[in-house]
Amino acid sequence: MAGIDGTLLDFKSLDLLADGDTAIHRLDPRAKVLATLIFVICVVSCGKYELSALFPFFLFPVLMITLGNIPALYLAKKIAVIIPFAVVVGMFNPLLDRQVMLHVGALGISGGWISFASIVVRAVLTVSSALVLVAVTGFPGICAALERLGMPQPFAVQLLFLYRYIFVLAEEGGQMARARELRTFGTRGGGIRAYGSMIGHLLLRTWMRAERIHMAMLARGFSGVFHTRRHSCFGLREIVFILGWGLFFITARLIPVPHLLGALVTGILQ
Amino acid sequence: MSHHIVEVKGLEHTYPDGTPALRNVSLRITHGESVAVIGANGAGKSTLLLHLNGYLTPTAGEVRIGDFPLTRETLPDIRRTVGMVFQNPDDQLFMPTVYDDVAFGPLNLGLPAAEVGERVKAALEKVGAAHLQGKPPYRLSGGEKKRVAIATVLSMSPDILVMDEPTNGLDPCARRQLIGLLKDFRHTRIFTSHDLDMVLELCERTIVLHEGEVKADGATRDIFGNAALLAKCRLEKPLSMQGCPVCGTK
Repeated sequence: MAGIDGTLLDFKSLDLLADGDTAIHRLDPRAKVLATLIFVICVVSCGKYELSALFPFFLFPVLMITLGNIPALYLAKKIAVIIPFAVVVGMFNPLLDRQVMLHVGALGISGGWISFASIVVRAVLTVSSALVLVAVTGFPGICAALERLGMPQPFAVQLLFLYRYIFVLAEEGGQMARARELRTFGTRGGGIRAYGSMIGHLLLRTWMRAERIHMAMLARGFSGVFHTRRHSCFGLREIVFILGWGLFFITARLIPVPHLLGALVTGILQ
Repeated sequence: MSHHIVEVKGLEHTYPDGTPALRNVSLRITHGESVAVIGANGAGKSTLLLHLNGYLTPTAGEVRIGDFPLTRETLPDIRRTVGMVFQNPDDQLFMPTVYDDVAFGPLNLGLPAAEVGERVKAALEKVGAAHLQGKPPYRLSGGEKKRVAIATVLSMSPDILVMDEPTNGLDPCARRQLIGLLKDFRHTRIFTSHDLDMVLELCERTIVLHEGEVKADGATRDIFGNAALLAKCRLEKPLSMQGCPVCGTK
């Protein structure tokens, strides 16, 4: 069960990064959430065959990683876990779309390969920006920001509880799986049936835990409304941060900067 | 100071599946007392505790906290008066940080922000956990979690502290620290525990439950001196009252 435990530990270390105290960490979470949102929308809305237009967007995660003091190698490993999914999504593009769109020397590159690369690059961009957001803000900060940006409170509370108890649940699941494994002696054990019953048990345990948590909440006067501390620090720095990045993303999305640069360079050479 | 009194009269409780958990339980705990409720697994200890803050409703009988009978109208007041610390701190600490968790109760009481801040600070200092306030609960050790769980209740300034198995799962040092802490409290205290040595240290009075009934209620030392009663209720003398394991002397 090293798998589950390992992933869990890694999750915690992402959370630890949010304790940092850099200029990026100190920004109001709302500014970071909004900037990331604009970023994701701009990246995702890029056309199917657009590849070069995506490259300016790398500036955002790279700068955030540098300024936020996030270990890049660690983040790269996290991203590498997700990328296979994007590869599967785009895998058949090169086979289905064989029209040659680009020539590099004598080599013709088909539209399928370009759209495949575009999918992978977009996945890298969006996943890295989401991970960076968690690493420089922390999950509770993001929830608070979403709530203050208008997300209904029950959703925010759900997310917070999910985050709080995912550690407890994964630990419980890990313990169960370990207990099963230690008594299977390398055989298949009960096979799928054993897993079915384990998942059932996990559900029941979760249910019972939820009841106990509710009990603890009632014991401290919970009446349906979640009171949270609010300290706003939305100032000039946040406005500059959002406007700066927003303008950059929208410009990069609407104007093909690399093309212009290319034209400029070839123009000078001629 | 009559609001520190806990009175239970003829309490009966039967769970929805028909299991009788409590049978004609009557007791009266007065201001400043430190009382242990002990008994075998399934004797009804936790069921009794859950009646004290109105989480469970009696099948028959009555619970009074201070001058108020426990009813739907008095429930909010009673939940403030009776601070309940549950057995598993993971169930009690559900907010993103220790600070938020300790502030949860006072915020629900509708206190102003400045007062909430003061109460959180005081409660955390009292349990020696002020340095943990920014941490999320899943990064605390077992002993730290327990102390923070107590702080979440202290911040509501309860008059009565009810704790289910306070020393359960703690290492000897954390247990020792916790006992020291609980000794200092001046609240009315009610504990359930299988840690009979802790009971001997903390409680002058002990109530023995057996199969949902009160079998004995008296001075802790007398009860632990009654070998026949203890054996009947699936209990035994605290280790510190048993003979020396090496030479056998008492």
